[in-house]
Amino acid sequence: MSAATLPDSGQRAERARDAGLAERVFRIRESGIVAVLVIFVAVTTIIKPRFLDVSNIQFVLVDTSTFALLALGQTLVVISRNVDLSVGSVVGLSAYLSASLFADHPGIPIPVVFLAGLGIGLACGIANGIMVAVGRVPSLVVTLATLYIIRGIDILIVGGNEVDASSLPDAFINIPKDTVVGIPVIAIAVAVVIAIGAYYLRTYRSGRDLYAIGSNPDAARLAGLPVGRRVLVAFAVSGGIAGVAGVLWASQFPTINSTAGTGYELQVVSAVVVGGVAIFGGSGTATGAALGALLLTTINSALYVLGISSFWDQAIWGFLLLVAIALDQTITERLTSALRSRKPRSRTAGPRHPGPKTSGSGKPGLTSSPSSTGTRHA
Amino acid sequence: MEPAVSGPTDQTEAASSPPALELQHAAKSFGAVQALIDGSVTLRGGEVHALLGENGAGKSTLVKIIAGVHQPDSGTLAVNGREVTLHGPAAARAAGIAVIYQEPTLFPDLTVAENMFIGRQPLRQGRRIDRRAMQDEAAAIFKRLGVPLDPARVARGLSIADQQVVEIGKALSLDARVIVMDEPTAALSAAEVDRLFEVIRTLKAQNAAVLFISHRLEEVFAICQTVTVMRDGKHVLTSDLAGLTANDLVRAMVGRELAERPPEAAGAKPGEPVLAVERLTREGVFTDISLTVRSGEIVALAGLVGSGRSEVARAVFGIDRYDAGQVTVRGKQLKKASPVSAMTAGVGFVPEDRRQQGLVMDMSIQQNVALASLGALRKGGLIRSSAERAMATDWGSRLKIKYGRLTDPVAMLSGGNQQKVVLAKWLGRKPSVLIVDEPTRGIDVGTKAEVHNLLTELARGGVGILMISSELPEVLGVSDRILVMREGTLVAEFSHADASEEAVMSAAMGQHGVANHGATKETSSDGDANHGAAR
Repeated sequence: MSAATLPDSGQRAERARDAGLAERVFRIRESGIVAVLVIFVAVTTIIKPRFLDVSNIQFVLVDTSTFALLALGQTLVVISRNVDLSVGSVVGLSAYLSASLFADHPGIPIPVVFLAGLGIGLACGIANGIMVAVGRVPSLVVTLATLYIIRGIDILIVGGNEVDASSLPDAFINIPKDTVVGIPVIAIAVAVVIAIGAYYLRTYRSGRDLYAIGSNPDAARLAGLPVGRRVLVAFAVSGGIAGVAGVLWASQFPTINSTAGTGYELQVVSAVVVGGVAIFGGSGTATGAALGALLLTTINSALYVLGISSFWDQAIWGFLLLVAIALDQTITERLTSALRSRKPRSRTAGPRHPGPKTSGSGKPGLTSSPSSTGTRHA
Repeated sequence: MEPAVSGPTDQTEAASSPPALELQHAAKSFGAVQALIDGSVTLRGGEVHALLGENGAGKSTLVKIIAGVHQPDSGTLAVNGREVTLHGPAAARAAGIAVIYQEPTLFPDLTVAENMFIGRQPLRQGRRIDRRAMQDEAAAIFKRLGVPLDPARVARGLSIADQQVVEIGKALSLDARVIVMDEPTAALSAAEVDRLFEVIRTLKAQNAAVLFISHRLEEVFAICQTVTVMRDGKHVLTSDLAGLTANDLVRAMVGRELAERPPEAAGAKPGEPVLAVERLTREGVFTDISLTVRSGEIVALAGLVGSGRSEVARAVFGIDRYDAGQVTVRGKQLKKASPVSAMTAGVGFVPEDRRQQGLVMDMSIQQNVALASLGALRKGGLIRSSAERAMATDWGSRLKIKYGRLTDPVAMLSGGNQQKVVLAKWLGRKPSVLIVDEPTRGIDVGTKAEVHNLLTELARGGVGILMISSELPEVLGVSDRILVMREGTLVAEFSHADASEEAVMSAAMGQHGVANHGATKETSSDGDANHGAAR
């Protein structure tokens, strides 16, 4: 193999450059979110210095926690080229059921309630996952249906009732208020969970499988990856997280009725997309999604502190969503052309066979079929 | 390049070691269609083996059996002398067989290394992926292949050639000893083909058994040592390439005797030119196409798939734009990219894909027949169903269309009758030029003959017909003149009398280009009109 000699140093340099490019893009993507975040915080603080009060920061962090947790679950699903729209309804159902557990069984240990919430969420998530992975129904349709079904079950159970915070144990409603050196415990816990999630997605085969599935589902199947199982697990995790988030929700709000968590799913998907997870799967990080959640919550809070109508809140979210998607599109295109143009041996000369048909394998070429008759001259 | 490791791969040869892969007498049918009747191929380590045959000869079915995608109905497959049954692609992989398709399917968002190792990345403690080991392994494989591809970059943006290299690297990382390449060069530039050949030579030197499928004979002679030819689902020939000529191979592929040529016709004398295409060029698709079709003449446009035939037809009719040149119908220049202009000038176009492009499948038979003549059928801005019906009834009987009711959706008809509906649609406009793209694809033998008769009658009636066809007997039998395209240019022209399957096939595959380069360029841009009179 005389041909197999390589300009070693050149290759290494090239590799470093490539790795740098790919990695830089993601770092830029995440630092972009941080930059927008800093701008919002700075501007708001200049106008209303109390925005940076410890109490307000704690409030934002607690608010972000539930949101970012849900974004983590959604990230797993979106990376695999799916979407879970049922999380808002799962949060609502879990919130009411866990609150009424306290009301109906005074003295029930808090961890048991969290486990109950996890169980409810897992059940919903597994149901979604089975329909998507085994039934091969598009997840958009499946989870849109379960969004309504779970909300319907919630309404059926709740009726016109509501659970008041006063019927909940103090230890439970204090969860959002507990702090360690000024940082809400709940935020620390969620940050740890997100760090684990991000590490898992980066370093474990099953995590990488999710990216592969989202990047090219057919190729994933051809490569023998357990596509159905991975997608099912992603939905189960998303559901389980939503169940736990529901319990946290119950600890944060004064009353829980049948509307708890309504519309939350779209906020979560927004946070994930703003955080740089490609809506068609294959790329994105859990950290980015969490930053997306933090950014949206911060904007929400900033506008509130500034006394700006919540209409602007929604308009700005929508605008950010558009910016995020446009940015991702541009980055992908730039990256593609950068990677293409930099290699001298990439196809500068066009394909030998012109025309779009070179890719079609189903079209026969010159076929001599003896059955065909030349009638013109018969 | 060193000589082939083993000699001819006849069954009679007493090999010292068992072949890397041996498929014997494999058969496979899909429903009533016998895709493979008797497929045999023997691959040995350190040898590049060519698999040749026309499209429909059964090559791809044979490849899919080796890849584990299809299970043969009968026949045996042995890997390293041991008989195996491959239940799926995973089993084939496990048996050391890798298939590189023309356009690999990679994960665009993952790195090159990850694409190679997905699902089986090297692990370190705690079942975590060892990214560095993975990239080092990938880099080592690319070094072995002699290709400076960076394992850490994402696959997005890789050229098709590089994507193939990634697939080959993946095959090597799986320790594949048998590597099947299904038309890998079809979408590559010349430089990329050269590099692929370097990789193949490296594989060969490392004692892999390579099955190489290509339509380009010059590539086969450049890289392969042995060859198997298939025809009509059957094994025809296995031999050393040394001592064989391109003509031998083409003859083995075509396989019919020259005597089968249809007899010379006493066709109508062609009249005035009705369609003139001058120096038509579309950047990267076709170049400098000039041709003339006269009234009463059937001109065939032959060539391999992807040679640009249909693209020329689409540009002439105005579906696609073109960058240079002009199209004239009966002396009137057509507007670029305007099918309306072409239709008004009297051009009809029967596209190759009749279900998608030729018909509106959910509409009734009569509506489809009337579709191109709605202007004439209109009265006070409304389309009269009775006029539609009258027109459809008329053409239905003239073309012998077999249908239940004219109001049935056209989807209910057989392929042949659907094609007649498409023809009726255009004939209703009394065209002076008819372009037909693969007019008899997927049509049964009887209706095929009817369509051929119909085209002949139309020509006798003065219509100029430009026919694109991949079926050589059709090309040779029906047309007065045959133009051959290859890689976007016209490379040869034959009169009905001069044409033979071998000559057309050789021109289409570029064999002339190797053996006799000058002769293929005989069709210069202005020479076409004169050739028509040659018969």
